[in-house]
Amino acid sequence: MASTIFRTFQVQPFLLYPTSLLKRRNGVLFFTTTQKNQNPQRQTKKVSASATATSTQSKKLDKIPKNYEPIIGIETHVQLSTLTKAFCSCPYNYGSYPNTTICPICMGLPGALPVLNSKVIDFAVKLGLALNCKLAFNSKFDRKQYFYPDLPKGYQISQFDVPIASGGYLDVDIPVEFGGGHKRFGITRVHMEEDAGKLLHTENGNYSQVDLNRAGVPLLEIVSEPDMRNGIEASEYAAELQRLVRYLGVSNGNMQEGSLRCDVNVSVRPIGQSKFGTKVEVKNLNSFASMGRAIDFEISRQVQLHSQGQEDQIVQETRLWDEGTQASTIITITMRKKEGLADYRYFPEPDLPAVIISQEYVDDIQSSLPELPEIKRRRYEKMGLSMQDVLFLANDKNIADYFDATIAKGADAKLVANWIMSDIAAFMKNEKLTINEIKLVPEELSELIASIKGGTISSKIGKEILFEILAKGGTVKGLIEEKDLVQIVDPLEIEKIVDKVIADNPKQLEQYRGGKTKLQGYFAGQLGRDNATLLTWFITSADLFIMVV
Amino acid sequence: MLSTLQTPRSLSRFSLLLPSAATTTSSHFSSSSLPHASVSDQSSTVPPQSQILSIRHSLLSRQVTAVDLAQSYLTRLRLTEPQLHSFLHVPDDSAVLAEARELDRRIDGGEEIGPLAGVFVAVKDNICTADMPSTGGSRILQGYRPPFDATAVKRVKELGGIVVGKTNLDEFGMGSTTEGSAFQVTSNPWDVSRVPGGSSGGSAAAVSARQCVVSLGSDTGGSVRQPASFCGVVGLKPTYGRVSRFGLMAYASSLDAIGCFGSSVADAGILLHAIAGHDKFDATSSKQDVPNFLSHFVSESSLGSKPLKGLRVGLIHETIDDGVDSGVISAIREAALHFEELGCSVNEVSLPSFSLGLPAYYILASSESSSNLSRYDGIRYGNQVFADELDSLYGNSRAQGFGSEVKMRILMGTYALSAGYYDAYYKRAQQVRTIIRNSFKEALNQNDILISPAAPSAAYKIGEKKNDPLAMYAGDIMTVNVNLAGLPALVLPCGFVDGGPAGLPVGLQMIGAAFDEGELLRVGHVFEQTLKKFRFVPPIVADSTA
Repeated sequence: MASTIFRTFQVQPFLLYPTSLLKRRNGVLFFTTTQKNQNPQRQTKKVSASATATSTQSKKLDKIPKNYEPIIGIETHVQLSTLTKAFCSCPYNYGSYPNTTICPICMGLPGALPVLNSKVIDFAVKLGLALNCKLAFNSKFDRKQYFYPDLPKGYQISQFDVPIASGGYLDVDIPVEFGGGHKRFGITRVHMEEDAGKLLHTENGNYSQVDLNRAGVPLLEIVSEPDMRNGIEASEYAAELQRLVRYLGVSNGNMQEGSLRCDVNVSVRPIGQSKFGTKVEVKNLNSFASMGRAIDFEISRQVQLHSQGQEDQIVQETRLWDEGTQASTIITITMRKKEGLADYRYFPEPDLPAVIISQEYVDDIQSSLPELPEIKRRRYEKMGLSMQDVLFLANDKNIADYFDATIAKGADAKLVANWIMSDIAAFMKNEKLTINEIKLVPEELSELIASIKGGTISSKIGKEILFEILAKGGTVKGLIEEKDLVQIVDPLEIEKIVDKVIADNPKQLEQYRGGKTKLQGYFAGQLGRDNATLLTWFITSADLFIMVV
Repeated sequence: MLSTLQTPRSLSRFSLLLPSAATTTSSHFSSSSLPHASVSDQSSTVPPQSQILSIRHSLLSRQVTAVDLAQSYLTRLRLTEPQLHSFLHVPDDSAVLAEARELDRRIDGGEEIGPLAGVFVAVKDNICTADMPSTGGSRILQGYRPPFDATAVKRVKELGGIVVGKTNLDEFGMGSTTEGSAFQVTSNPWDVSRVPGGSSGGSAAAVSARQCVVSLGSDTGGSVRQPASFCGVVGLKPTYGRVSRFGLMAYASSLDAIGCFGSSVADAGILLHAIAGHDKFDATSSKQDVPNFLSHFVSESSLGSKPLKGLRVGLIHETIDDGVDSGVISAIREAALHFEELGCSVNEVSLPSFSLGLPAYYILASSESSSNLSRYDGIRYGNQVFADELDSLYGNSRAQGFGSEVKMRILMGTYALSAGYYDAYYKRAQQVRTIIRNSFKEALNQNDILISPAAPSAAYKIGEKKNDPLAMYAGDIMTVNVNLAGLPALVLPCGFVDGGPAGLPVGLQMIGAAFDEGELLRVGHVFEQTLKKFRFVPPIVADSTA
């Protein structure tokens, strides 16, 4: 009965029950006020275009004087991809029309109560295990209290003193181009909480609108130890976290949609000083690249103040990263100063029972975990793949699955990696497809590699077949038969043809022997043109060279 | 099962419902201005019978139509309401009569009718109803209409109950007199110059004055039991979690319980049975089975001489001590004697932690309320005061929307939860709560039920404690411990003290083990049926039916 009411309510919430609202305009809640901090202090720093657009890691690191140590910690909010919100049965779809996926519960109407979606616990335990955390078998929810128009109840249901998971770590392989190496970053805690709605501010600032679609969507907040030392480490940590939540299937990890949001705490201290410097929080980081840039900017801002003896101007505050419309200008803006510690008056949420999990439940989840990126990377490494190959394959779970499915059919790992990373990757890039969308299935790639290795077709024909299947589908065997592409493997036959080409081109042969090695290609062409139906590029330039010499 | 209660007597009692039956009641009260006098006339008193069962019988046997029944209640409601002000909202007669007509049509057609069919149910205004305003007695929600029915209301309606209106209360349940309503002051039907108690004063007064058959209230620290005592009706506060809180505007979530008022123990039990049980919309609602509470009831005529033989009754020593009205103490001691006559062993038990309940309650309830009332911010619903700036919008909306008692509790709760004070107040109060819970558990191991007064005094004058909040808070001493322990308690009228035109009723509180409402109701029913000295029908009923 009640659910029927809610469903109706969700469809046209404000038309049905207009008295429950004061004002309504296009289904958007209104309140009238002007925003504080209309003219936030802007601190602008001009940076050369080359530094922002194409700067390399080494350049950035060079900017940090050697006598200061930056300390970086990251708080990440991951929006869980549960079918319904954390405490009610509303769905959440990014980009929905404002206030269309809301109900009395996520609107915080009088008398509405939260009921926990058990999937949230499943996902939290999954991520906690994947982050090597210790789980709290008896945890609880707490209320974090503050007033803001996007927070319908005046408190956020969160976890305070007993997070579901704590004391873990995350292993990261830094890409070769950024110096490589393996790093382990500590995880302080993982806790469950609900998201708030969104405020939409009008151009003239006369009023703001509240969209509660996102209110009550489940989040996991992951707090890292202050273990990162530069923008690259921080963005690699975040990228690995994104990989992890995607591997686990707990979130789409999409930064642009706000499914993965990172708030970075940056402080700087002189080398040798044990006390941390004043930390500054930087928000509004919507890509890993902007995260790295924002951190490096903030470090240099703080180092500059330190080196000018103005470290007292580094205050505990939240700054917004704003790359602006001009690429030459990158800035952070003061969003709010934190005067003392905010008092959220946490207390245990009386509307929800304690969260009690059993060892058996945890064991079940543990055994259902997929192979995680770090373990996958180590496995690929053992196959003899280069770190570049390893990272390319393991970074995307779908690509890793494709790779694994292909080698499971017996194909050589290195060859499979080469095919995926070169021609297949290029095709996907051009066609803007993911690996799950291409028509070449792992079985066929394996078959293709086997056909080349077994000598049925040459690499050149293999490539043609590859692109044919990528574009139109089909099987390797089918295409070889259809196009009569089986190459001549009889050495005597080949020798005859080669002899003929050499005999027909004495002048070129003379030049070749004289050192004009580019003519390899010419010979290859002759071989192919004259015997179009029979001969393939089985005979490589090197073979020709040997034969000729 | 229920039909075992269907004694011929209940039919004769049913006549009280109708205006034409005025002679029955007025003759009863005309013998003396004080009901005490009726002690001399024991043979003529009839124990209270289930109105719900009477109505059902009369409707099914077509002795009366649902429309006639509705008319009689509406008439009395209209007649008494100008003196009492029990209701904040009463729907149009036409809406109620339409429901009654539909019920008559179904009965005539031989269709099944629900166990509450034709029963007039009043609902406290902090319980959400989709078709009526629900204000919680607060200016900040004036005119607010929820888009859903509270689970308890939904279940009442599904079983055929007719919601006759929304009753007055202290704003958001915070108060013990119903003077804390933003809209009106409700009078006690026994003496209109006195308070009906609170916070469910409207629901208690409405049942007492027979403006409805039964009513829903809410009990966070005694808000069902104390007004039941003041108004001379039966009030039942179920075990925490027995009834879904979904749709009850939260005051203190860990203490809040929706409770029942009736003019007999049976009615309170029938109403509880209707609304109890797990609700997927309330994570704190219990999955415990809901037994048929009335299945162990024995009709008065078939009771033996010692119907409660072997029952161990503990009289809580601390509740008949200093600070309690002597008339109340003697009424409770009389009740204890009555229990002994029924075969019980009555012993005084001491709960040393009893006096700690009041401060612990006021810290915990205020803390939770400071959080629960944060949602009334003027942004999404309720009254918004326009402002140029966000903080002022919040401040002005809340300053103008809340009354002084609510503001005081928000301030106290905010203080108690603040960094640096949390351990000294909130955490300490939680520790006290654990001690209280354990001491009740122990006392209930030694005794089957515990008894005490429901309030330290009978109803006092309107305005008497309005400016003395501490005196008002002290009045909750009898009831708050039960909420802290999460236990069920039944209050039923057991005697009178002098005051008003016809004396003032005194309520006996019976506290039972968690989820053992069935035993409380069984014992309460025997007590009620055998207590023949008193009639608990206020003079206003006689006046209105005259």
